[in-house]
Amino acid sequence: MAEKKIRVLVAKVGLDGHDRGAKVVARFLRDAGFEVIYTGLHRTPEEVARAAVDEDVDVVGISLLSGAHMTLVPKVIKYIREFGGNPDEMLILVGGIIPTDEIPELKRMGVDEVFIPGTPIQKIVDYIKENVPKKKKKVRE
Amino acid sequence: MKDYNEEEVEELVKGILGGNRRALARAITYVENDYPEGKEILRRIHKNTGKAHIVGLTGFPGVGKSTIVSKLTQEFRKRGKTVGIVAVDPGSPFTGGALLGDRLRMDGFDVSRNLWIDPGVFFRSMSSRGRAGGLAAKTGDVVRLMDAYGFDIVFVETVGAGQSEVDIVEVADTSIVILMPEIGDDIQMNKAGILEIGDIYVVNKADLEGADKTVEWLKSMLKMGEELAKATELTHAAGGKMASGKVFSYETETGWKPPIIKTIADRGKGIKELADAIEKHYKYLKETCLLKERREMRVKRELFELVAEEIKKIIKARMDYGDIVQRVLNNEIDLHTAAEEIVKRLVGA
Amino acid sequence: MDNIDEIKKKRKEWEEKCLKPWIAKAPEREEKFETLSGIEVKGVYDPADIEHIDFLRDIGYPGEFPFTRGVYPTMYRGRIWTMRQFSGFGTAEDTNRRWKMLLQEGETGLSTAFDFPTLMGRDSDDPLSDGEVGKVGVAVDTLKDFEILFDGIPLDKVSTSFTINPPAAIILAMYVTIGDMQGVPRDQLRGTIQNDMLKEFHAQNTLVLPPEPSVKIIVDIFEWGVENVPKFNLISISGYHIREAGSTAVQELAFTIADGMAYVEAALERGIDIDKLAPQLSFFFNAHNDFFEEIAKFRAARRMWAKIMRDEYGAKNPRSWWMKFHVQTAGCTLTAQQPLNNIVRVTIQALAAVLGGCQSLHTNSFDEAWALPSEEAVRVALRTQQIIAYESGIPNVIDPLAGSYYVEWLTDKMEKLAWKYIEEIRKMGEGSMLRGVLKGIETGYFVKEITNSAARYQKEIEEGKRIVVGVNKFTIEEELKIPILKVDPEVQRKQIERLRRVKAERDNDAVKEALEWLRNAAENDENVMPPILEAVRNYATIGEIMGVLKEVYGTYTKPIII
Repeated sequence: MAEKKIRVLVAKVGLDGHDRGAKVVARFLRDAGFEVIYTGLHRTPEEVARAAVDEDVDVVGISLLSGAHMTLVPKVIKYIREFGGNPDEMLILVGGIIPTDEIPELKRMGVDEVFIPGTPIQKIVDYIKENVPKKKKKVRE
Repeated sequence: MKDYNEEEVEELVKGILGGNRRALARAITYVENDYPEGKEILRRIHKNTGKAHIVGLTGFPGVGKSTIVSKLTQEFRKRGKTVGIVAVDPGSPFTGGALLGDRLRMDGFDVSRNLWIDPGVFFRSMSSRGRAGGLAAKTGDVVRLMDAYGFDIVFVETVGAGQSEVDIVEVADTSIVILMPEIGDDIQMNKAGILEIGDIYVVNKADLEGADKTVEWLKSMLKMGEELAKATELTHAAGGKMASGKVFSYETETGWKPPIIKTIADRGKGIKELADAIEKHYKYLKETCLLKERREMRVKRELFELVAEEIKKIIKARMDYGDIVQRVLNNEIDLHTAAEEIVKRLVGA
Repeated sequence: MDNIDEIKKKRKEWEEKCLKPWIAKAPEREEKFETLSGIEVKGVYDPADIEHIDFLRDIGYPGEFPFTRGVYPTMYRGRIWTMRQFSGFGTAEDTNRRWKMLLQEGETGLSTAFDFPTLMGRDSDDPLSDGEVGKVGVAVDTLKDFEILFDGIPLDKVSTSFTINPPAAIILAMYVTIGDMQGVPRDQLRGTIQNDMLKEFHAQNTLVLPPEPSVKIIVDIFEWGVENVPKFNLISISGYHIREAGSTAVQELAFTIADGMAYVEAALERGIDIDKLAPQLSFFFNAHNDFFEEIAKFRAARRMWAKIMRDEYGAKNPRSWWMKFHVQTAGCTLTAQQPLNNIVRVTIQALAAVLGGCQSLHTNSFDEAWALPSEEAVRVALRTQQIIAYESGIPNVIDPLAGSYYVEWLTDKMEKLAWKYIEEIRKMGEGSMLRGVLKGIETGYFVKEITNSAARYQKEIEEGKRIVVGVNKFTIEEELKIPILKVDPEVQRKQIERLRRVKAERDNDAVKEALEWLRNAAENDENVMPPILEAVRNYATIGEIMGVLKEVYGTYTKPIII
């Protein structure tokens, strides 16, 4: 059995066009050995969810700087479920401008971790490597 | 002794044959990563394959493959067909990582909406993972899953940069080679064998200068090939085949003259003509039984690829061959002799 | 007079006898030192380093060609730069309130931040706007919002800048209509619309229409603007966003000027008189961390533009050679960690902008890595400018760094490096900067350059080679303790309700007619400003107007280049 590569969807959802962070993270994740699918800009929650399910990704990484996370992120999770995917066996990550007091609410909605500006990308890589197998194991049990 | 999870296999097979997208997506993952479930699923769905028209597209990076695939998908949806797409991207042989698939590039915010969430379209990105050997078989497996699922057309999109990508196109019933003007090194392209395999040729970005020149050059290349084939009597009937397994000259042998179609994909120009050509070729293949022949060739090809993989695995796992290797290193025997010895040992001498 | 040969001799001596032995015992902190753009810098500079620079030809006096030292003879001795804080959020009422507060606190010009739906030409009730209304700026759907936005703000007394790109024509039309309503003659209206689509394709990604139609509309605005609002800046050719996307300072400089040249060529193609248009062109740069590099960049920019306008495009009026620019301190350098540190960063960056001779300045607030500025934070940002203006003495002497061996050397160096990029782009366009820039957009040239610089920068940070204080060095365990501005979730509902009412109460036939006029004008390659004005006047929505343009010109999806 070949070693399964971790598949990461890097998504820009909503009208926000700032992609420097998403693109740099995508590159670094590729260099860390992951298979990375970048959605490009201006995708709707439905489209992101569809890509997440069809590409059977292990990680959904949503990049947001627009303050619209409380609306858009739960929509993505909802649509993943609607399309037959299981958000519980995926890592749902959010990166960008998120006030700390909104992080608990996001986690309650199903987000696994939020990465604010200044987070070393290595931290994201390590988090993914550590937690993808953990989440999959949890679902199997 | 089963090494796969029966419940899951059953569920996924049911899902694939019942139109469950997520089942298809999961099955592709298992197949791609050599999970035992993958092999079992392929066993069980094999009888449901053979219905889809498999269209391979190749061309150097930047010619506009993604745009063409997206536009073709849109066009075939208009024609009432369902479309599956496998986009194979190069992965880094060093880190193993990959930046995959420019997913369904379309003009505009609103139009692209339709393809991304259109239930009649399925897009899957695959990394070639720096492995040249076994890639065609792997891609073939993914295509077979989509075929069993029920897509009318399955596009296989690859980057035409080397021999392995040429192999992938042989996974297809219809091979489309995409070029663009000012592509540069013509000789390079010919070397890569790309010019030998096209059933349809596309010159994209045809609004650029040199488009007509490229078309003319293509025409002359294809004609040359024809004449060469005629001169050396390389016909299918004579059993003569090129190393790639495909017969070089179409017109002599099959009566299909590969059309050269000009497109300006991002403006949607030439796409209808291209779609027409694709449908025409499929009809042609079916009517002339070439379809069966090609598939037979493909099956043999993939089969040997898989067999070679299996044999390699057996040798590595169960055989002692270190001594043979040493003898090569000590200059006692050469590599070819060594290979023969290994085979002898394997076959049970 | 400096004897250059003797100086060169002395330097060699110094390097051998003094520097080398010292370094042998106490090495320097790095193998080599570079500016943020990667320009290697020596330990000291001397007259020999600027031997090739001629004071009269290259530096001169402010207010005179080549304007290296400033566009006006008196600069800040005559008038302090405009303190123009980019602001906006929620509804027009919310923003009007914040604006009045800022004006009271001493800001001298207004600058509008719009929300994403407005920036992208969509209405607040568009399904894609859900969750985004009023979040990063003010929500504007119709003229009604502008009436509220400018309530109590006299257009003949205050100038307003609008950061708006695809719908720039619509916003300009709204502003002009408010001016009409207030009775202010159009030729007295002052302000700026950003209206720079080229940089959107390179970096900022507020993309709706494809490149060519986008440029066409910009030229329509030029054509209409020079005749109707002669005191209004019809474009703010921007490098800020290019820098924020990750480019180097040299790339920022080069690509901005290249875009400027492209716009000038487009205007000339339309037959617009360059001396009429030039005074209504303005620029917008970033003020980043490398202090002297930024100053050199601003000086080089002025010098380059003056040469380009006079020598390449043949502008006759000296006013046409002026490069007037706004500066914003670099948003991408703000850290979420230890936010108060950002006040220091902004101060250094603002100093660079002032020493670089900007016409107007926006200083970021220290909490902007977390949210839009709170009142307290924006006050500090404004005070930063005011302290520099009134307490530091810096504005009292014009271009004080002129003559510095390092700064003159670096200014010249950056100019030379920027020219290289410009010539590359010119080649791509076979002699035309306009075609070159459009080609670069098509091939992804700009995106690749910028993305590569961004990746390099991040790598340096990840490897610890580049220090970000409080982030990869001098970190602490911290909990966010600063107050954060939150946008009232009711904003979306209120805005949608207002929009519904406006649509119900307006003359829908007049709107329909105006939109038909616009469609015809667009299809027949006519100037779109007059029909847009008509539509705006009748309370057509931004979404409706952009909708017509999208139908005629198509929409654009950016190719993915990572």
